[in-house]
Amino acid sequence: MLGLSKKDRNLLILVILLTLATPILLQPFPEGSALAQFNAGYPDLMQRFAIYGIFAIGFNILFGLTGYLSFGHAAFLGVGSYSVVWMYKLLSYNVLPGLILAVIMSALFALLIGFISLRRSGIYFSILTLAFAQMSFNLAYSVLTPLTNGETGLQVYTNDPQVLMSAGSPSSPHFFGIVMNESAKIDVGGWQFTFSNGYYFCAIIAILVFYLSLRIFRSPFGIMLRAIKTNQTRMSYTGLNSRPYTLAAFVISGMYAGLAGGLLASMDPLAGAERMQWTASGEVVLMTILGGAGTLMGPVLGAGFIKYFENIFSKINDNILHTWFSALPDGLEDAIVFMLHPFIGKGWNLTLGLLFMMVVIFLPGGLIEGGTRIWNLVTGKNKKRGVPGKAKEHHPTPTPHVN
Amino acid sequence: MDAIILQVLNGLDKGSAYAMIALGLTLIFGTLGVVNFAHGALFMLGSFCAVTLQRILSLSYTVEDPTQKDFLGNPLKVDMPYIVSWFGDATGNAILDWSVPLAILFAIPVMLLIGYVMERGLIKHFYKRPHADQILVTFGLAIVIQEIVKYFYGANPIPTPAPDMFRGSVDFGVMIGFAQNEIIYPYWRLVYFLFSAVIIGSVFAFLRFTTFGMVVRAGMADRETVGLLGINIDKRFTIMFGIAAAVAGLAGVMYAPINSPNYHMGMDFLVLSFVVVVVGGMGSLPGAVLAGFLLGILESFASMNEVKSVLPGIDQIIIYLVAIIILLTRPRGLMGRKGVMEE
Repeated sequence: MLGLSKKDRNLLILVILLTLATPILLQPFPEGSALAQFNAGYPDLMQRFAIYGIFAIGFNILFGLTGYLSFGHAAFLGVGSYSVVWMYKLLSYNVLPGLILAVIMSALFALLIGFISLRRSGIYFSILTLAFAQMSFNLAYSVLTPLTNGETGLQVYTNDPQVLMSAGSPSSPHFFGIVMNESAKIDVGGWQFTFSNGYYFCAIIAILVFYLSLRIFRSPFGIMLRAIKTNQTRMSYTGLNSRPYTLAAFVISGMYAGLAGGLLASMDPLAGAERMQWTASGEVVLMTILGGAGTLMGPVLGAGFIKYFENIFSKINDNILHTWFSALPDGLEDAIVFMLHPFIGKGWNLTLGLLFMMVVIFLPGGLIEGGTRIWNLVTGKNKKRGVPGKAKEHHPTPTPHVN
Repeated sequence: MDAIILQVLNGLDKGSAYAMIALGLTLIFGTLGVVNFAHGALFMLGSFCAVTLQRILSLSYTVEDPTQKDFLGNPLKVDMPYIVSWFGDATGNAILDWSVPLAILFAIPVMLLIGYVMERGLIKHFYKRPHADQILVTFGLAIVIQEIVKYFYGANPIPTPAPDMFRGSVDFGVMIGFAQNEIIYPYWRLVYFLFSAVIIGSVFAFLRFTTFGMVVRAGMADRETVGLLGINIDKRFTIMFGIAAAVAGLAGVMYAPINSPNYHMGMDFLVLSFVVVVVGGMGSLPGAVLAGFLLGILESFASMNEVKSVLPGIDQIIIYLVAIIILLTRPRGLMGRKGVMEE
């Protein structure tokens, strides 16, 4: 089916089911219970999961497959957002023309930036992409103000043309009449599930682009990209020019980023230059590495993980901690709360930084590798096969020279 | 002519900061082969050394001052810094006033220690990992340092004034034969430039004229052979990391009066310093210094109104533009050595 192997088809079906059931799965605790703060079934947050998932999937096509570490992907995110808002201003609040323009514009941008940056590799590539992104950010802030509305951010004003706006069309982002920020609430027992149009719109797009990346991973093109990562010199010795392949990967991942940026503007019809800042590029790097670069599900997991804990950790405060540890003796309780205090609330970034360092140091394969290790530990499988290329006959154990 | 000299001067202070950070980055890269994304954080820590010393010095207790009365006629309570009460009015206030230069003495051991701990504790384990991993782990470290500083000092910039003597401006034009009030330049920036020249000069002299420096240079050229000669090169490289951290820290200390320290200043400078290193040539110390000053001056020229009216927005992107052009036309940078990171 769909040109996938059986295993991949099952994976895709699993992903589809999980994505569609997200509003239920992320709401495991009944309303009003002490644990309700861990629920994540809000339309806004779920939409972010899907959007940053798309962003990270796209980034992974470049970094995970070819090994080129781009520090400038936020530029495409910004371009996507700006295109969509411009389409709102010129045509109407329908997101479709905007998303199409977003993908096209980011592809053109990626083509230009990629064409220049891919002449170099390694750290030079990272710095070139960073330089381009910072340039776009600075320009969006200053000279391009007529196009980007500078510091205020681009938004729709009442005197904009909006030529396709008729009397009946909704005045917030919609997809042929399906208004993004409308949602249906269903109460089951103590639980309240919110099924929002915006989330399902993003989720369906996310599934489509996930399928696309699955196909790319399994295609000869994907294998070629992996060969570039493994040994580019050898690739060129075999007579292959690797530049078109890396450029294609760069443009594809730029298009993903543009799409994600466009969807961000479909959540909230405004676009600001800070989306292009290098911190946003850093964020997608964090997501991809945290989840596991080069794996299919890793980036999505990483994106969900970061966005979820960002939301949860920022909400926890000292009072909540005190209620958690209230069973402990008073002095100990205060000590623990005092120790945890820097890591919660506004300190989420500190937790994220530490976590990220831990992952880079101990788990270079990200959460996916961690999961695999735990799975192997539990099932006791694959112990021998763990490290490839360490077979006994090829790597005999060292013997002492002096007997 | 005077406009040109003024722009060159204006570029010098930022250029000095770029040059010192880039020098440290290159030292680390040249010796240990590590791309240190946390170097901007070290610069920021230096700035906060100045803030910390200022806070320590101005620790005070409350006394009742009988000479001043509040509106009810009671003696006014005033804060009395311990320093002032120990050393007397004149000396105490002078020490308080000079807290930024004094912070140099405070920052050197602190930054050396931080650099040493960082290298032994973290970076050591990353020599054999790919460059991407080194970038990522130091990037994570930079976030952590930044957030810790934010936790302790808050998110707002903390004004850290220069000593009284150096506030205000100097009429630099008169010194070199121009009419009065043509080239006015803030005192502290002049001090900063001279300071950076001294620091950079002493790092070069240290590498050039001491045995330790000679061994380090030999190690940069061929680490393995130096190791085979029975020299513990790793230990020396660790010390060089500490020195690089101290250089970044000192750049930060003296920069505090120019730009009130805030927790994200490190990242702002880091991005530019990397560009500087690449323009100068990966692994070339003179290249890093040269490119630092060059880009600082170019930036200040680009922000002249005459230039901006021709090419709007050029001041925002000039550095990146130059970097892109250099990387594409002279991949090795201005003074890059052959065979260093050329892939």
